[in-house]
Amino acid sequence: MSEMHQEANGSGDSIDLSQFYQIFFEEAGENLDLMEQMLLSLNLETADDEELNGIFRCAHSVKGGAATFGFADVAELTHQMESLLDRLRRHELQPNSQMVDVLLESADASRGLLARHQAGGVGESPPTADLVRRISVLVAGGVLEQSPAPVSMPAPSPVAVVTPKTASSGTRSLQIRIGPLDKPEQADAILELFRDIAGLGQIVASSSDRADTRVFAVETTSSDDDLLDLFEFHVSRDQVSIHAAQSEIAAEPSAGYGFFDLPGTQAETTSYADDPPPGAPLAPLPGFGFFDGSPGAPDLKEVAGATAGATSPGSKVAATNAGTKAIVPAVQAEAATIRVAISKVDQLINLVGELVITQAMLAQNSRALDPAVYQQMLVGLADLDRNTRDLQESVMSIRMIPMSIVFSRFPRMLRDLASKLGKKVEFVTQGEATELDKGLVEKITDPLTHLVRNSCDHGIEMPADRLAAGKPELGTITLSAAHQGGSIVIEVRDDGRGMSREKILSKARERGLEVSDQMSDSEVWQLIFAPGFSTADVVTDVSGRGVGMDVVKRNITALNGTVEIDSAEGFGMKVSVRLPLTLAIMDGMSVGIGNEVYLLPLSSVIESFQVNENAVNTVGQGSQLVKVREEYMPVIEMEKLFQVPRFNSEKCNGIMVVIEADGSRVALLVDELLGQQQVVVKNLESNYRKVPNVSGATILGDGKVALILDTAALVRRSRH
Amino acid sequence: MMEQMDRPGTPAVREYLTFRLGGEEYGIDILKVQEIRGYEAPTRIAQAPAFIKGVTNLRGTIVPIVDLRLKLGCEHAHYTASTVVVILNLNGRIVGVVVDSVSDVMALPSDSLRPAPEVHGAIDQDAVLGLGALGERMLILLDIDKLMSGLDMALSSETEMTAA
Repeated sequence: MSEMHQEANGSGDSIDLSQFYQIFFEEAGENLDLMEQMLLSLNLETADDEELNGIFRCAHSVKGGAATFGFADVAELTHQMESLLDRLRRHELQPNSQMVDVLLESADASRGLLARHQAGGVGESPPTADLVRRISVLVAGGVLEQSPAPVSMPAPSPVAVVTPKTASSGTRSLQIRIGPLDKPEQADAILELFRDIAGLGQIVASSSDRADTRVFAVETTSSDDDLLDLFEFHVSRDQVSIHAAQSEIAAEPSAGYGFFDLPGTQAETTSYADDPPPGAPLAPLPGFGFFDGSPGAPDLKEVAGATAGATSPGSKVAATNAGTKAIVPAVQAEAATIRVAISKVDQLINLVGELVITQAMLAQNSRALDPAVYQQMLVGLADLDRNTRDLQESVMSIRMIPMSIVFSRFPRMLRDLASKLGKKVEFVTQGEATELDKGLVEKITDPLTHLVRNSCDHGIEMPADRLAAGKPELGTITLSAAHQGGSIVIEVRDDGRGMSREKILSKARERGLEVSDQMSDSEVWQLIFAPGFSTADVVTDVSGRGVGMDVVKRNITALNGTVEIDSAEGFGMKVSVRLPLTLAIMDGMSVGIGNEVYLLPLSSVIESFQVNENAVNTVGQGSQLVKVREEYMPVIEMEKLFQVPRFNSEKCNGIMVVIEADGSRVALLVDELLGQQQVVVKNLESNYRKVPNVSGATILGDGKVALILDTAALVRRSRH
Repeated sequence: MMEQMDRPGTPAVREYLTFRLGGEEYGIDILKVQEIRGYEAPTRIAQAPAFIKGVTNLRGTIVPIVDLRLKLGCEHAHYTASTVVVILNLNGRIVGVVVDSVSDVMALPSDSLRPAPEVHGAIDQDAVLGLGALGERMLILLDIDKLMSGLDMALSSETEMTAA
């Protein structure tokens, strides 16, 4: 395990999940507490879907988190709980008190496991094999024996007396004969049992001396009774005979069971060296692998191994699942974080915003003061200025979380998707540490998922096609995040087949969209955002139905963001999503029109220039075009559009500001440029209504409200 | 008056904030009133009805300002030192209304309300609760919620739907 992790960590900027452990532990703890409460208040006869779904969600969240962070033992146990709860909520099973008991115990055990992980893997993990087994019995619709095998909770010192027969821990080698059966295939079902119920043990089919009998070699931690209980769903109890492997060998040495060719004693001592000989007192050694039989250890290797195998060895992905040992004890400082309602943080942000405005007002008013007379006050104001800025920065950072939270969900999704599609894909992430507003992170996840899925489904070719095209068999999908000025740019890149300009144009014509061959590439790529547009030859269940890109676009536009596509046929494509760092703060350029001040999002301002009278041409019904470096651009006269009253005609329409949105540009005619500033974006709709061509409002340094122009709407307007 | 309120069986007494618009005196439910401020020129909003003066900054909240005098068709709507803005909280939405001056807060028992006669005017009949008589003075009691959520005020959520 530890080698694995080091190897994974060796690859430079791998995702260091350990920084999120604390969050996971807190959330898992809350979920478990909630689940316990709900379980306790669950009325078995009248349990409604709401309650059962609620409990299911708790287990599901814990499992999801545990799997992400590589706590396989927790994931395993909660997975079992989830299976049971899933059947309950589907009404395939009727809840009973046994189930509640087992679930409560499992919740306790999960807490124990989590506590152990939180402590950096020190100490013993509570045994979960028996819980897992009991849940599986219940999931299969069985009933537990009246007194469930006592779960030996971790004793202060491991001096539990373990008898070889009923031990809940300690692996035994058994030989199981099932038969005679009319249909011996029935017995094969127990192979699946072992496969499905992780933690039950290992099973290998052995050759049988009789056609109507199946023989299995089994290594398990479960007692004979438990095994019989399980088998009962497939074969009748009295047809099963269980023997300890070695005695079997002794009794029938001629049978020649392939697996047990080794002398029994040797098998005991080599393969299970950790297990004491039956009856021998357990040595209370520290760190003794007493619970090696618990599902955690072997499974974790499997998971990690599977990941490493599916992606290229040493790829950044491997770190995701291999992180169990990565918990540095330093992380576990108690109360390293506190969880606070988001509304409180928002209130804080609002108040600090107010403070900044007040401070700006003071600064403005104090400018006229004579520095010689008011020296001390001016020094104080300068301090206030610095402190408020620092304060604002720290308060804003409360809401910021790293992009890795979003990225971490993709390796697994991509792996499943690639194997489903029969493609070979390597997933690379860059800039996971880039921070983004929590509200944005939540909203960006779905569009990104869609884009990554698209890349895998449509972008990356089948391995054979790739080889034929002279590309490496392994396709690469890169997800990167970086700050650029006041925005964050998230890119999804693939080295797949890219998009075909001709194909998109012909598809667009088919759908009756207005297109021409003269359209620029970027305009052509924008076509795929049209509702219902898909160029996929085959509609798969993953994508290709044409729903999606338009939704992606809409969602990102709603966040004040933009989507750009770059593609080269045969070489891949790149989708760049540009988002403001936070919804609450925007870099704006203030422009003056008459006596009024409006703000433009700086991200959409391309350039500004003084108007030359002869550069403006009028076309048709008075709409104007301005020539900017050999390109004609529509002009919007802001004064007319916003019906700005004009009191003095002296300073007049002198400046053009070129803005870009949705891939097109327009020039806005304004009086003057006033400056650039960070502004707190406020919602107009909360107390008033949506105003055309305005996306919001902000409060300027003098306390006045200024409207923020909706560049996308202005560009759309110029098209009509 | 307090005794009246406490005694069951007697008609409920409600308190009204009274203000003047031109020569008329109006009253609105005091519980809808959040605060009263002096008038400051708000930020104009293009293509809004004339009685919506714009939006202003109320301690960080963007609040629309409605001039009730324009809405109710008063002859003069001058902005003087005594012009005030009554900030209303209507089911969580904050709106400021401009009035000529605020008079006082009056308690009126509900049985002293007279139904308003049918008159043609700028106010919807629905938005008038009734007329309150207090000695010589006549108060026009407004249902400010109804008045403000009238379609042209664009303040209710339904309007937003149709406007969008």
